This record gives sequence, C-alpha cells and structure tokens, in this order.
Amino acid sequence: MTLTKSKDSREQAEFRQHCRVWLRNNPYPETDMRLPPSAMEIQKPEHMRYLQGWQKAAYDAGLVGCDYPVAVGGGGRSNCQHIANAEMHAAKTPFLPNVIGLGMALPTVFYHASDQLKERLLPKLLSGEEIWCQGFSEPGAGSDLASVQTFAEHRGDKWVINGHKVWTSLAHFAEWMILLLRTDKAHKYDGLSYFVVPIRAALGKGVTVRPLIKITGETGFNEVIFEDLEIDDSYRLDEVGKGWQVAMTTLLHERGGGELLEPKSGGKIQKKQGVDGLRSGASALIDLARNSARGGKTAADDPLIRDRIVQEIIHEAGSRQNRRRARAPRLIEHPTRIPLQHKLLVTEIPQNIAQLATEIAGVGGSLGIADANAPEGGRWSMDYMASFGGTIAAGTNEIQRNILGERVLGLPKTK
Amino acid sequence: MKQPADFGFSEEDALLRDSAARFFADNLPVDKLHALVASESDSDKSRQTCWQPQLWRQMVELGWTMLAVPESAGGMGMRAVAVAGLCEEAGKAAFPSPLLATINATYVLAACEEPAATKALEDIVNGAAASLALHDEQGREANAVSVDNGKLNGTACFVQDAQKVEYFLVRAAGGLYWVAADAVGVTVQPDAVIDLTRDQGQVSFAGVEAARVSDNADAVVQQAMPAIWTMVSADMVGAGEWQLQTTVEYTKTRQQFDRPLGFFQAIKHPLVNVMIEIDKSKSLVYNAACAIDSEPDNAQQFAHMAKACASDMARFASSRSVQFHGGIGFTWECFVHLYFKRQMHNQALWGDGAWHRAQLAEVLIGTAA
Repeated sequence: MTLTKSKDSREQAEFRQHCRVWLRNNPYPETDMRLPPSAMEIQKPEHMRYLQGWQKAAYDAGLVGCDYPVAVGGGGRSNCQHIANAEMHAAKTPFLPNVIGLGMALPTVFYHASDQLKERLLPKLLSGEEIWCQGFSEPGAGSDLASVQTFAEHRGDKWVINGHKVWTSLAHFAEWMILLLRTDKAHKYDGLSYFVVPIRAALGKGVTVRPLIKITGETGFNEVIFEDLEIDDSYRLDEVGKGWQVAMTTLLHERGGGELLEPKSGGKIQKKQGVDGLRSGASALIDLARNSARGGKTAADDPLIRDRIVQEIIHEAGSRQNRRRARAPRLIEHPTRIPLQHKLLVTEIPQNIAQLATEIAGVGGSLGIADANAPEGGRWSMDYMASFGGTIAAGTNEIQRNILGERVLGLPKTK
Repeated sequence: MKQPADFGFSEEDALLRDSAARFFADNLPVDKLHALVASESDSDKSRQTCWQPQLWRQMVELGWTMLAVPESAGGMGMRAVAVAGLCEEAGKAAFPSPLLATINATYVLAACEEPAATKALEDIVNGAAASLALHDEQGREANAVSVDNGKLNGTACFVQDAQKVEYFLVRAAGGLYWVAADAVGVTVQPDAVIDLTRDQGQVSFAGVEAARVSDNADAVVQQAMPAIWTMVSADMVGAGEWQLQTTVEYTKTRQQFDRPLGFFQAIKHPLVNVMIEIDKSKSLVYNAACAIDSEPDNAQQFAHMAKACASDMARFASSRSVQFHGGIGFTWECFVHLYFKRQMHNQALWGDGAWHRAQLAEVLIGTAA
C-alpha cells in the first residue's frame, strides 16, 4: 500500500530537492564488508570507521541535525529532519552509527547543557566524529533506574566518580558518555545528578571498559567501571539533584515518545539489511513455511501454522496502521497513547515472528548460524535470541506497560 | 488508487462522530440503557425487543441512515470512514437500534446497481429501516428461501433487529428481493438472543410478493462484504473502548489490601494489553474503511484483518471487563454484561476471527494442499 505524501511547505520542498540531488550525486562508496544489522551491533573498528565516514558526509551535506540551531552545529531549519530521514531511507544509504548520540545524548544535552558545552559537544556528535554511549543501568539498578549507586563526591571544583555501569552499547568506540549517578545517598530521586563524561580520554585513568557477551555469543555492549575518576564540574547538566528530570528527557526519546518532539535528531535511520534477498517480517514466514516439511506436506498446508502466520501478519499491519493513525489527529484519543505503545509492538511482534519461524523450521530450527544446513542460514534462531534485547532494553516492556497504565489510563503509580 | 495518509477522515466526519457521541450520551446513558433493555432477567423474556423508536426517528431525521446511500439515490454518499465513525460511537453506547442492519442493507443495495435497488434505497432515504435476510438455520449464506411463480417461500435465519425494521433484503434462488416486513405472508419468530441491545429472528415467507433487486446475490453480497465486516468491527472497537474505560475507572476506585486494584500489575498490565488490542483494531478498521473508499482492490483483505483483530480484541476486552469487576461483575446489576453480550454477538456475526484468518490465508498463502 502506498500513502500519498502530505504537502511540503516551500522550505521543505526545497530541502527535499536538495537531499535528492545530493544523494543522487554523492553515493557513498559500497563496501564488501558484511556490516551488522544496526549500530548497536558494531564490533569491528573498520566497520565503525566506514559508517562514521558516511555520517560525516551526510552531516556535511546538511542531512543530519537539520532542525538544530546553527550555533550548535545544526542546519538551522525547522521540520526538515524527517524529510532527510525519508530521503536517506529511500536512497538506501548506510545507517548512521552515532545512534545513542543522536537519539538520546543530543536532545538531552540540547535541553539541559550550558551554551558553552553545547557548542563544544554537539557539532562533533552530529558529524559522528565523536561517538556517544549511555551510562544508566547498573548491576543493582535495572528497571528501578533511580536506585543507581555510582557515586560522585564533590571535592572543590571537581567530582570524583566511583561505580559500575552495565549494558553499555558502543562504549568501546565512545568518546563521551551520558552518565546518571548519585550525589546524595539520603534522597532516592532528588539525590541524582547527570553528567557528560569524556570516557575515551580517561581509559586506564579511572575508566575501564570491558565487553559483555550476549546470549547469541556476540559482543556489542560492555560494562564500564569508574575508579576515582576525577572530572570537572563544568560537565554537569542542569543542577545537582536534578539528574532524574534530565534522565526523563533522555528516556522520553529512547522510548519513542520523543519522536514527536522537536527538534528531531535523525538518529533513527537504519538501513534494513536484507539477508540474501529473503523477505523480512511476517511475510518471510510464508516463504519459510512453503520450504519446510511438516506431516507429509509443507508447513504452509498446516491450518494451525497458517492461522499463526496470519495472526502475525495482522499484528504487523495493525502496528503499521497505528503509526499512520498517530499522525491523523482526528482519529486519536490521547496524544501519547499510540507513541508509547510503539516500543512494545516493535519488540514483541518480531519476537513472536522469530519464535514462530523456529517452530515452522521443525527440527532444523535446532541448527545455529555456524551450521551450513540451518534453514535460512540459522537467522531465525539468532533473531529469536537477539529479540530479547529489544523487550528488555530501554526499560523492560513490563516497565513500559506501567508507564502506559499510569500516564495514559491514569491507573495508580507503582512506585 | 492510493489511500490518503490521514485515512480521508475529514473535519466534517469528526463533527458527525462527535455529535453522534453526544446524542447517545445525552439520550441513553448506560444506566438508562440498562433500565431499558435489562429490566427483566428472565431468559424467557429475551425475545422481546427493547428500544426507543422515538430516538430512532430522531436519528433518521438527522440523516444517519442515509449517510451510505449514494447521492444518485438521493442519499448523502458519505465515505466509509465517516460511516465507521458513526458505527464506532453506536458501539460505544451499545445503542439499541437497527442502524447497523440498515447500513449493511444499504451497502448491498448500492452494489446491485439496478433500478429496483435504487427504488429500495429511496425507501431508506425516506426513513425506512431494513435488514439483510441471507442465512439459513446453520448460519450459512444459502438460498433458504425459494421463489415460486415470483413469490417467496421459506425461512431466513439470524436476521438482525428483525422486529425493528420495515423491510427485509432477502436472498432467494440466487437473487435478492426487497420485501416489506408487513407484507402478507411475512412472519417474524424472534430468537432468544443473548445480546440484550439487539434483537434477532427467523423470518418466514409464505407466498410473499417481492421486488427483485438483483439476479446475482453472490457477486453483490461479496462486493458489500468488506463494508459489512468493517462496520461491525467499528462497533466492536467502540464497545471495547467503553469496556476499557469503565473497567479502568472501577479499578481506580475499588480498594483491596489498602490500595486501588489498578495499582497491582496483575490488573494494570492486562488493561494495557486491552488498550493495545483496541488500538490495533481501530487502526485496521479505518484502514479497511479507507480502502473501501480509495483502494477497493485491497478492501477485502484489509477488512478480513479488521474483523479478525477486532473479534479477538472483543473477546479479550469482554473477559477482562467482567473478571476485573470481581463479584459485582458477575451480577446482572453491573452494566458490563450488556457490552459483554453485545461483543459476543458481534464476534459471531459475519465470521469470527479464525474464519477471517483462514480467508486471509487463502489470499496471502494460497490454498492448502
């Protein structure tokens, strides 16, 4: 199904034209490297360098940070980032690697940092020259994020940080970290403060980054240990004790509500890598079912399998139509009701699809990616395991259901 | 043809929907509805039809029954998205009336494209209510009625709001016939239907004179089906929203263990899941309605999705609404049973979720070996 485009303003139309011409005339060189499916899985330095090269090129052409002020390195436009995103997507460009920077650090720094800090940090964040990571979760603080124990002690004009952060994607490439920590042990929420920390410069001098291995056997995220790291007070965002409020800006963007906020960051653009020409999503289940033996026929002939495939196709269509309806103000009841569901739908539907695929594959579903006989290269068992990253990260889906119940339905708060 | 991004749901459509919501809320709030349709708990009385004909007359005067009638037949020719908005509000109010039955008959008549069908549509424009009589005693679309020397004989079953309408659109001998409910030889035997907000019945014909409006019932009905599936799904979405909001309000006030029930995640999370299913269903309903208006080649497929999703949503929203009201939810005096029963009826009408998924599988996967 194709949707007709809503009308661009004159500025938007000119900008769209600029994007198209530039993308047509400046294709980024292809690579033989097998890139990971998204920025969160980047492991190899040569992959990161290649993708950073692309972000710099796109930034220099004005396609990244379009809606941010010129003073902080942006394009000074309004309502144009979604156009650049759509045009990059249509041109099948590589994805932008600095996703945590663009999606979370950028709005947080923009809304909460001093002008001086913004001018120092944001141009290289937008250009991708400086990669960012996020220091929120700890071994003892997951869903209950406000219980973080990493502590900063005030000594003169400096802060001395000790603590342990986990699940830190991209920390092995990151120049900077956004860091939520405790400055007061007596007050849970009001005892938190928020910093930006130059972790690359401090490696071996108070900062240790160690890879964590995922359920799939891949790395990609890390733990970060702080031991008497001394940093300047000028790296603090907002006031001491206001860290939780600053973290809410970050989380709003991470969990989807932020997509509706301005200025948009352009951090969501990711090229879906088609695996060897196979279809993605629930439609792929049809192809798999036709090729999978079951009870003397194929799985595509089994009425129970057919029913379950069609259920997933309907859920996918519903999720897609929700995104469309979220932009049709006459057909929505509550401004964040659909946006806040987004995280649940885009993590749970693919999880169910991957799980169903492993069943459709039959006993072949027992084979992993290293086995040449694995159906469709073993992608489904891998996808299924990896899918739990989605349902756990960025606030577990259980926490997201609390948020929906409390903010949209008005049910009593859990905390 | 392409669908407009905003579903083509206009300012005017929103005004119509909002005025319908006010009309239902002002004239028949749920306590009055309960007094109207549930004054008797004796199941022997469930064959009675309980409604307010004077409110129906007002709805007719507001023009709501001619929304879907083409302009060529003197109607308003409004798009399916507008009609869906009205049906959603009627479902939210669980309103007892032959609105859905008349809209369904309208879509079938409009597909006939015959002068006799246009004449029947003019009856609707002039204020008549109508209902489809297409099914046999097992709910199959079949020729339960025969035509002998131009006269109808036989019995059609599961006819919606059969006691409220002035006309039946009858499937007989492969054609469609327009029959006045008060014609000589027509008798209505009401069903003891679970849904207290609607009636239903068997309509028997004994040598009844009738006007033939189509020779090809199969093709005409098939063409109207996406709209019929979509409108009953819109009713389910509206009813589901009432079930959600009513249950949320109850769990905010009812205290156990010194806390409101809605504090507990065993209550909170399923209610969020109900909301998620309502929203997907609603999005699929407007997508299907918009396809009827702008993308007819895909209307059937999208309407299967809407009816499948909304039927499963209705079952889930209904079960949670009763369960989370606890002991009071199990009683006749608690209003949730009205919607629980209307949703059961809606789920079963025009194919349930599994049936629509099986049809969709035929389209998307192909026929099974």
